[in-house]
Amino acid sequence: MIDALVWIPASAGCLAFVLPGRRSREALLLGTALAHAAGVAIAAPALGARAWGGWLGLDALGLLFLGVTSALFAAAAVYAVGYLRREGAAVRADFEEGFAFSNEPEAAFVGCLLLFLASMTLVTLARHQGLLWVAVEATTLATAPLIYFHRHHRSLEATWKYLLVCSVGIGLALLGNLFLAVSAAASGPTSSLLLDDLLANASQLRREWLEPAFLLVLVGYGTKMGLAPMHTWLPDAHSEAPSLVSALLSGALLNCAFLGILRFVQLLGAAGDVTFAAGPLVAFGLVSMALAALFLVRQPDYKRMLAYSSVEHMGILALGVGIGGGALRGALFHAVNHSLAKAMLFLLAGNLLARFFTKRSADVQGALVVAPVSGALWIAGFFAIVGSPPFAPFLSELSILRGALAAGRSGVAALYLALLALVFVAMSALALPMALGPAPAAARRGREPWSAIVPPALLGAAVLALGLWLPAPFASLLDRAAALLGATP
Amino acid sequence: MRSLVVAILATVLVTDFRLLGGSRLAAMIRIAGVQGALLGALAAIAAGLRADTATALALATMTVKGLLLPRLMLRAIRRVEIRREVEPLLGYSASLGFGVLALAVAGWLAAGLPLPRSDTPALLVPASLFTGLAGLFLVVARRMAITQVLGYLVFENGIYGFGLAIAHEEPWLVQLGVLLDLFVAVFVMGITVFHIQTDFEHIDVERLVALRDDAGGRRRELP
Repeated sequence: MIDALVWIPASAGCLAFVLPGRRSREALLLGTALAHAAGVAIAAPALGARAWGGWLGLDALGLLFLGVTSALFAAAAVYAVGYLRREGAAVRADFEEGFAFSNEPEAAFVGCLLLFLASMTLVTLARHQGLLWVAVEATTLATAPLIYFHRHHRSLEATWKYLLVCSVGIGLALLGNLFLAVSAAASGPTSSLLLDDLLANASQLRREWLEPAFLLVLVGYGTKMGLAPMHTWLPDAHSEAPSLVSALLSGALLNCAFLGILRFVQLLGAAGDVTFAAGPLVAFGLVSMALAALFLVRQPDYKRMLAYSSVEHMGILALGVGIGGGALRGALFHAVNHSLAKAMLFLLAGNLLARFFTKRSADVQGALVVAPVSGALWIAGFFAIVGSPPFAPFLSELSILRGALAAGRSGVAALYLALLALVFVAMSALALPMALGPAPAAARRGREPWSAIVPPALLGAAVLALGLWLPAPFASLLDRAAALLGATP
Repeated sequence: MRSLVVAILATVLVTDFRLLGGSRLAAMIRIAGVQGALLGALAAIAAGLRADTATALALATMTVKGLLLPRLMLRAIRRVEIRREVEPLLGYSASLGFGVLALAVAGWLAAGLPLPRSDTPALLVPASLFTGLAGLFLVVARRMAITQVLGYLVFENGIYGFGLAIAHEEPWLVQLGVLLDLFVAVFVMGITVFHIQTDFEHIDVERLVALRDDAGGRRRELP
């Protein structure tokens, strides 16, 4: 049954390429998003379900990321309806450099969006390391046309970097999976890359191949996840893609790559070698946080600011997993929180872009006057993403800190706190003046369309609600996902 | 058969050095094609040259890597009329110096990774790792988009070669890698190269520099 979650968006995506008429495409997009969310809700109680001969399956870890992906896609789909109506197909002038350009055909955009959902779902459901790799590769292919929606040279440059950097990363991850196959070869003639088989025979995995396999996969999928110093594609792709695509890239796609790494952490844990993963994860985590903080200081472009903030948060996730224990559970919680808050902020950045016609944060002022709802949500989103109470990222960042202290890593904890503080200062200097102050005369005023404010408002409400109250089923899902990775609650 | 395998692997090493020191684009594309075909031939030998799916897949790989991809790339450079010189960011002799160093590194790495089966040719793992490193080097150290695609294909050749060393364990994954390779290289990268050419009237990635940051907010202003 769970395979329907893959083939429904996949077939809808193919259909979108040939379907005539904007109305029917809108209905297809919204209908698929709704069907997918409903499917996830139905599948959620059936943890442990398998399909395709064990190649697909749902476990707590997969469900956590699948749920986030589905919710974010629903928000982005609603946003996309209004966005595509506003964008249109006409040739128009670029607001940064003034040249004329047109957009990608709408059918191709909607089609790729749905195929993107299908490939991300496949990542979360894959129970075979080869299939997981194929699914991650498929996300690259599905998103490249989405980043190149505006047909001009800046988005083309971003697409080129994205394709090349991520393809090399994916190639390294393939090499890592081949290493894993060698490491599993010793466990018997029926060796396979099925996750269940690998976990069952984990003690027979050969360490001298498993450890380099993990390193290759960490660098390979880490490229896609946006860990520094392999993050170079990320700010470009996020700033040039349409805002709803940036929201999905940052909130859903980076998590999928993270899941690819987590599956290897799971294997190392089962093989009794999880300490090997800790060092590289902590190192990549701290480097990512530090590099992102450095580039956040006086970052002139607010979409790039959000992108570097994603690099920072991916670093936090790697750090939390590397520390393990309570910090690992905190990292999984933080992955959810970051996705919700960051998707909200990217959608709002799209609203601000439509009002102020610039991506320079210095030229955006008085968003509260020009677009009161978006402006107010922007302030709330800012406080959420930097980890202020009462929003949920505060809780998850705190539990990573407590995990680090409990593990006796006080040096790491101090560095983590210092970097968080630096990011807070850097981002507040950029994001808050955008909402406050008098509005420039050039800004477009008027009522905001509901499709542009309801999705970010709901995402913001979710990240606030999780900060105030953790529902019992969600808490137990987090516990079970953390237990799969070897963290004892 | 064993000496044939060694001869093929030695030729692969030679093609790597030709690629690193190569200056003419068309010749480099042909050399990368020869390299791909040689690896496909190795796969056919490893499959035992029987009339089964493994041999068929190896022959398909030979056709794709040796004929189809070079053809498409040669057509692309004719169509978009780009310069035929490679324009390295790092000079040819420095590239060859890197090659020598990378070969040593590949040999050292391979020595630390004992294969579970003893019938794998000893040269296969170092040759594959070296090919992968050479491909990565071409991606980084050459200027044009099409040379970067070429470098990526050489990199994938290296991974394919490594896959042959373990083809007994997971042949399915290796073949799939080739297929996706084709998809990425031809459909997506090819289309993008074409767009870069038509939009910029050049395919020099050095001039794709509108998007960049420096730490501390000293971002280059857009023109």
